[in-house]
Amino acid sequence: MRQLWETPGGVHPPENKVQSLKLGIGHLAIPEKLILPLIQHIGDAAKPCVAIGDVVLKGQKIASASGDLSAPVHAPTSGVISAIEDRPVAHPSGMSALCIEIISDSEERWIDLYGHTDYKQLSPQEVSHLIADAGVTGLGGAGFPSAAKLDNGRTKPVNTLIINATECEPYITADDILIRERAAEIIQGIGVISHVLDMPRRILIGIESNKPEAIDALREACKSTAIEVVVVPTKYPSGGEKQLVYILTGQEIPSGQLPSDIGMVCVNSGTAFAIKRAVIDGQPLISRIMTVTGDACGINRNYEVLIGTPVSHILEKNKFIRKNCSRLIMGGPMMGFSLSSSELPVVKTTTCILAPSHSEIPEEDPQQPCIRCGLCAEACPASLLPQQLYWYAQSEDHERLQAHNLFDCIECGACSYVCPSNIPLVQYYRSSKGNIINSRNAKISAAKARERFEFRQVRLNKAEQAREVKREARRVATEKAKTSSSSAADIINAANLRAKARQASPDQQKAKLERSLMAAKMRLDEAQERLAEANKSGSAEQQAQQHASVEGARQKVEQTKRRLEELIR
Amino acid sequence: MTFKQITSPHGHNRQSTGRIMQLVLIATLPGLLVLSYQFGWGILINLFLAVLAAISAEALILKIRQRPIGFYLQDYSAVVTGVLLGLSLPPLVPWWLVIVATVFSIVVAKQLYGGLGSNPFNPAMVGYVVVLISFPIEMTTWVTPVSLLPEGVSHPGLFESLTIVFAGFSPMDGVTGATPLDLFKHSNGLLVDQIYQDNTLFSSASFAGVGWEWANVAFLLGGLGLLKARIFTWHGPVAMLVTLATMSMLFWDGGSSNSPGSPLMHLFSGASMFGAFFIVTDPVSSAVSNRGRLLYGALIGLLVYVIRAWGSYPDAVAFAVLLGNFAAPFIDNYTVPRTYGHNQRRKATAKEEDE
Repeated sequence: MRQLWETPGGVHPPENKVQSLKLGIGHLAIPEKLILPLIQHIGDAAKPCVAIGDVVLKGQKIASASGDLSAPVHAPTSGVISAIEDRPVAHPSGMSALCIEIISDSEERWIDLYGHTDYKQLSPQEVSHLIADAGVTGLGGAGFPSAAKLDNGRTKPVNTLIINATECEPYITADDILIRERAAEIIQGIGVISHVLDMPRRILIGIESNKPEAIDALREACKSTAIEVVVVPTKYPSGGEKQLVYILTGQEIPSGQLPSDIGMVCVNSGTAFAIKRAVIDGQPLISRIMTVTGDACGINRNYEVLIGTPVSHILEKNKFIRKNCSRLIMGGPMMGFSLSSSELPVVKTTTCILAPSHSEIPEEDPQQPCIRCGLCAEACPASLLPQQLYWYAQSEDHERLQAHNLFDCIECGACSYVCPSNIPLVQYYRSSKGNIINSRNAKISAAKARERFEFRQVRLNKAEQAREVKREARRVATEKAKTSSSSAADIINAANLRAKARQASPDQQKAKLERSLMAAKMRLDEAQERLAEANKSGSAEQQAQQHASVEGARQKVEQTKRRLEELIR
Repeated sequence: MTFKQITSPHGHNRQSTGRIMQLVLIATLPGLLVLSYQFGWGILINLFLAVLAAISAEALILKIRQRPIGFYLQDYSAVVTGVLLGLSLPPLVPWWLVIVATVFSIVVAKQLYGGLGSNPFNPAMVGYVVVLISFPIEMTTWVTPVSLLPEGVSHPGLFESLTIVFAGFSPMDGVTGATPLDLFKHSNGLLVDQIYQDNTLFSSASFAGVGWEWANVAFLLGGLGLLKARIFTWHGPVAMLVTLATMSMLFWDGGSSNSPGSPLMHLFSGASMFGAFFIVTDPVSSAVSNRGRLLYGALIGLLVYVIRAWGSYPDAVAFAVLLGNFAAPFIDNYTVPRTYGHNQRRKATAKEEDE
């Protein structure tokens, strides 16, 4: 027996897995329309490489990856591209994103497939390209592009490959059923992954103890391999990547780092299956195993569903009764998000459609005050203090939130699950994380703006200095010209040149003269008024003074008039 | 089809704040029964008055604060405060004393700070200390345990008790007397053995002090029940009791005339068990992390002993708890648990390194 390490916290919500395991993997009729969001993964959205009206074959690439952290999208069936536009997508925020819509011709005409049963002859790099080109992303939930994950793994030596088959979320049985029915293919997929990773020293499959049949299937399939099947105690969230790494190895992924930073790579069992299909069979990722469950559905089972299938199509085929349904959840009850509409499509990361009845998942009771009972801290798998985080989230105390390691929260929901006061704790944390990231970004752009401003100041100073230098030079030159024994003609010449340089256009000069004429006239009027006043009441001296200033003003007016006339002439 | 959007997690376990409070109430029953048996009707009258006053005061303040009264009363926190006070106050004290203590608890110590969850101090202990300081004579007169009543004297009946509480009649001679902790406080100069021989409170006790020992055992049982129901963790109460026992062991002094008493007597006298399992465990006013609660409990245990041994009050749980409440935020600052993926614990006031 391998030694296991126990994670702190965790909860044991009702598993509710049996109802969807009574039947094997089923297939659904092809829907009329498929909607394919171009971002179904972490990273950059794919770029469409087809146009409206194009006829596409099943498995044909319809959008290509943009950049290293991206994944292409393929046509799940043959048909015609009918729209490339923004559509609401399955996302907790209910946002819209660019989608490609295909109207199916229900002929299922495939592209030519080129499988690589001899993948071991290829270099790891080439195999990784095949995986990337098939659009394989993590199928467990986060949707990290698989090739990027393995590449990242390969730049550093990887000694441990962990296959995550825990499936700790209640209700979901997609991995369970996939393992039961197709364990051999999963093991082949693991073979491909370990080839890409240059043969890690140990390969562990972590699976929760509540899946005895899947465990047997895996053990059987692993018989002649070095792969070790490790049964871990059933506890939510043992399937979290960080938690599983610790349970199996006793090592923690340092905060803010990836498993590859400690020489490990963690891949979901469904993803291993998709990688097998991609490399050995040459099939891109166009379908996935997904659980349809909940009491509002008459049939509970798993299906191999085409990516892009509208949820409504699936519900229709499963005797769904709207009025019995309390909410529609994509994913499991602990981390899944509720859908606003059943028209949204299934994407690569959709593990489950859960349509619970009103008694199964009732409306939440109203929130009560937090009494800091600490049940949340007992349940937290990351050893955080959720009650303190809640306290600081309410007061938006970003500093304290970060001191309490808010960003190490994996949003598993265990705290909210046990909270006796019905506080939606995870929602507070999500919102606080968003606020902190926003204010960090604001800080960064403020810093950039400051930089730009300071740069401009420096530039202006430099220009001013340059001008100062020129002025100084000119001054020195004039001085020299004055003191030197050059002829008077030279001096006059220079003065004329300066004057000429100063001379503006005649229009401007005219305007200027007109302005000074106006000003001079005003001054004359004022002086005359003052003179009249002085004549009435002032002393003789004052009268004389005012008289002189009137005379001066009059001369100025006449002088300006003359110059203006000269100019006009 | 459109659906309602609700954030994860969907679904919830069955625990609720109201249910936690109800369990706490149930867990006080053994203690209540033993106290009533030992000290008569006074305990139940206190309880009744305190609960009534607590609910009325809570409802009144909620009305003034314009909060839904029914919704907040359902959390049972006011009832718990009332019950805890009713159990701590001496039996047969005047009715107005119970009302003053309870109203102060609910109005000043709880609602003025923002209601349930926002009070830095344990409301019941604040109310208790207010009347203890204001009315020392009433607060230090305890009823004699039933087995030690003089020949021909019994605890007053219900009607008689009511006349004592409401009309201010005096109880019969012999009905009131000292508590074990009182005796120790006022028996300086005597060897512990002498105190034990001279007083029936000790000489006819099973292991600690007549009446009080069984009340403490009953509260211990109730507390263990709550522990088993995972209403709180062991850290606070165990730390308090272990510290109290350790201190009394260290200063036991072989039973000399200076000895403040044996560990057994300290653990099973006064409000030790009641305090450990019903007051120290109040989550609102205590430290938050398990490690923090260890320190918090230990601090209270230490203070209880220090005040009992060298202070001027015979018992000290209320004072010790309030001082512990003061220290809780300070303790919290240094006891944030080590988070997954971090090499060491951080201080609650740590500053984020500049990115």
